[in-house]
Amino acid sequence: MSVIQDASPLSGGLWTPVCPYADLLPERGAAALVGTCQVAVFRTFHGDLYAVGNRDPFSGACVMSRGIVGTRNGEPTVASPMHKQVFSLVTGVCLDDPAKAVPTYPIRVTDGTVEVSVA
Amino acid sequence: MNPNRLVVVGYGPSAHRLVEAVRAGGFEGGITVFGEEPRPAYDRVALTSYLAGKSVEDLTYPAPGGVTLRLGSRVARVDRESRTVITASGDAEPYDTLVLATGSAPFVPPVPGKELPGCFVYRTIEDLDSIREASRSASAGVVIGGGLLGLEAADALRGLGLETHVVEMSPWLMPRQVDEGGGAVLRNHLEALGLIVHVGSGVRAVEAGPDGRAARLVKPDGEVIEAQIVVFSAGIRPRDELARQCGLAVGERGGIAVDSGMRTSDPDIYAIGECALAGGMVYGLVGPAFAQAEVAADRIMGGSAAFEGADLSTKLKLLGVEVAQFGETQFRRTGPGQTPGVLDVTYMDPVAGVYKKLFVSDDAKTLLGGICVGDAAPYGTLRPFVGRALPGSPSDLLFAGAGGVQADLPDDAQVCSCNNVTHGRIRTAIADHGLTGVQGVKDCTRAGTTCGSCVPMIQRILVTSGVEVGKALCEHFAHSRAELFDIVRVRGITTFSQLIAEHGTGRGCDVCKPVAASILASLGNGHILEGEQAALQDTNDHFLANIQNNGTYSVVPRIPGGEITPDKLIVIGEVARDFGLYTKITGGQRIDLLGARVEQLPQIWKKLVDAGFESGHAYGKALRTVKSCVGSTWCRYGVQDSVGLAIELELRYRGLRSPHKLKAAVSGCARECAEARSKDFGIIATERGWNLYVAGNGGFTPRHADLLAADVPTDVLVRTIDRFLMFYIRTADRLQRTAAWLESLDGGLGYVREVIMEDSLGICADLDAQMDRHVQSYFDEWRATLEDPEKLRRFVSFVNAPGTPDPSISFETERDQIKPVLIPLEAVSR
Repeated sequence: MSVIQDASPLSGGLWTPVCPYADLLPERGAAALVGTCQVAVFRTFHGDLYAVGNRDPFSGACVMSRGIVGTRNGEPTVASPMHKQVFSLVTGVCLDDPAKAVPTYPIRVTDGTVEVSVA
Repeated sequence: MNPNRLVVVGYGPSAHRLVEAVRAGGFEGGITVFGEEPRPAYDRVALTSYLAGKSVEDLTYPAPGGVTLRLGSRVARVDRESRTVITASGDAEPYDTLVLATGSAPFVPPVPGKELPGCFVYRTIEDLDSIREASRSASAGVVIGGGLLGLEAADALRGLGLETHVVEMSPWLMPRQVDEGGGAVLRNHLEALGLIVHVGSGVRAVEAGPDGRAARLVKPDGEVIEAQIVVFSAGIRPRDELARQCGLAVGERGGIAVDSGMRTSDPDIYAIGECALAGGMVYGLVGPAFAQAEVAADRIMGGSAAFEGADLSTKLKLLGVEVAQFGETQFRRTGPGQTPGVLDVTYMDPVAGVYKKLFVSDDAKTLLGGICVGDAAPYGTLRPFVGRALPGSPSDLLFAGAGGVQADLPDDAQVCSCNNVTHGRIRTAIADHGLTGVQGVKDCTRAGTTCGSCVPMIQRILVTSGVEVGKALCEHFAHSRAELFDIVRVRGITTFSQLIAEHGTGRGCDVCKPVAASILASLGNGHILEGEQAALQDTNDHFLANIQNNGTYSVVPRIPGGEITPDKLIVIGEVARDFGLYTKITGGQRIDLLGARVEQLPQIWKKLVDAGFESGHAYGKALRTVKSCVGSTWCRYGVQDSVGLAIELELRYRGLRSPHKLKAAVSGCARECAEARSKDFGIIATERGWNLYVAGNGGFTPRHADLLAADVPTDVLVRTIDRFLMFYIRTADRLQRTAAWLESLDGGLGYVREVIMEDSLGICADLDAQMDRHVQSYFDEWRATLEDPEKLRRFVSFVNAPGTPDPSISFETERDQIKPVLIPLEAVSR
């Protein structure tokens, strides 16, 4: 399997394997625990991967991985399942309230395994 | 200079509009109106609703202030010399300006027997009273004329319980509005309602029975129609006798000749409405009559408005069937005299009874006109484009309604023909006033306030102006939920990917995906977590449980009718104790188990399912509960077994996905202990059967349910609820409860009754079949998930640490039960 998205040059390059790529449902997320950090991992319809913080900055609950994946003006998004605020999967910024954001993390596929970097 | 004495002869809709307009314009002189009928002006377009139970008061226009009304007073003569009108009883009334608004009279063809008792015309309240009176001793009626008015009359006869025939001279019905294909579809609709249609036929005679009253109609081919009531509705003739008497110019075939200012050959006399011949035309529609009234009013006030002809496009609903015609549609397509340069595109669905045709120029670039039967959606969206570049591919335009319109509308295109509002005016109003919805546009511009057919176009303009509106679901679909439902149903679409690829843009969002999921589920497409459907579900549906404020879920097993055995109660108690859950009794007579983590859900379900429980669908936009009182089994007041019925209904409708949640209740007597009238459907027992109430609501906007059916036996009750629910599921907007849905329906409860109890749309068999499919295909979503390892894999806390509980979830104790500890938002690490 090819690399879907390269590690950010700013990341420390500490990659943590999360799950087989094939285990991710298209347009659905999964939560991963990396150290004490909760990461929400998403696979889009077209096969791109994104990783953002799992904690919903509006409710404080760790639920972002359970949101609905979609697009807004072509930009891939996830909606918080709690109160439906929509976040960009690319930047992590809340498109309904740009003052709020979730962190984003580098994510890639190596030999069919999804890896994230939270260093 | 304003004249100071205005006299109006005739008091119908156009006279009423004129008087309103001059008063609104600040006319300060005296106004006297003579009305031949014994009552003030009323809405003649809604005449048929009078027989359906509307009162004269309902139809009567509000009385204009500062006007002397002389009702029941026929003007016999106009003396132009002395500028005086003289009534039949000899009263004289002087005028400075006179307006003739004498309307028209029904045309009765010279048929032998047309004067017999039992023969009627269809124009006034008195006509309707006479027809109603005569119907008491009649079994069948026949309407002569299958045009717009004739079918109105047929609707009325049918409503009076008569076997109803329609005789139309042309080879198809409504020949002025629709072509042969549309006429055939319309005929199917009407025949499905029990009407007997005779097209291509004239009338030889009306014959009397032994009592001297009309008894039968004989067609030229000798066929006899037994009918005791005969209604002539074969067109109108302008009432121009006053004009002829006083020597005003009239047309060769009748009608008072007027100029573009609605002025007759005497500059002090105007004529408006159906008595006027404007530009060589007598207009028989209320829209042009109103326009003429406004022009005359403006001229009387010293203005220079002109009537330049009117758009004859029509949209109406006859016997529950939508019929519309716009632009130019009278083309000869074959044989000698074929109109060159015209193509037509037809969409026809004989099963659904839909016929839509567009006429375009032969380069397929210009829209010329269109005809719709069974679904008039293109009328509102396409009429403004007549004579202009086609705004999309013809097939998209015919099928997708507003969604198929790709092009921008020119600013000078008329959007609302009733109130003459252009696209530019609406666009400017949206921008200048920051309007965000249809209501705002209506308030600001009057567009969409009369017939409402341009409302989809207004929505479209709001969308193109960058406003998100209710009807377009979201940025991915320009359709309403009801439109999407029809698309999915008619085209047999089974996946969201297909739906959005063919009818939307992008990859959806948290608005359109759950809607698509619900539609697919309503149409019986298997487990909601199967394949691609899983990705469409809201978190509640996705985890078959209800998310709570700390990210845990609640579990609600179904307890049909609120009846539960002690053993099952104990199982619920054990489950709650073993998993450490908080328990609470709900308002729907069941038990909520709260605080379950995602990975605990399957284990909890396993215990419940093993004990005979199933999902209660508390997480779904679906049937929740059918609450009941204890009923006649125990209660000394009960008259029926409310618990038994509640259980039957809950088991029948369990799992039914709908636009919003559905709640129901059954009360065993009129004391109504189950609070059935606050439910989406509520049943109250009577001595003779059940009363069915629908569209009630508790919650934010309480509403008492309306009585839909009284004293019905159980089988009829169940079928009626089946249809009510399926009709709601088909046509409601996203997240629209039954109460709001019913109130949004044109015709309200009466319309619902026509559709589901009288089958006015001919869809009842389809609704029944759809519900039967639902009942037969029901399965428990919890059990099916437990049996499928693929689905079970999703119920983990972390994909890389499935056994580790979410460390952010913790509880404290309150009143001997758990309570979530919410982490303050500032403490978010990441």
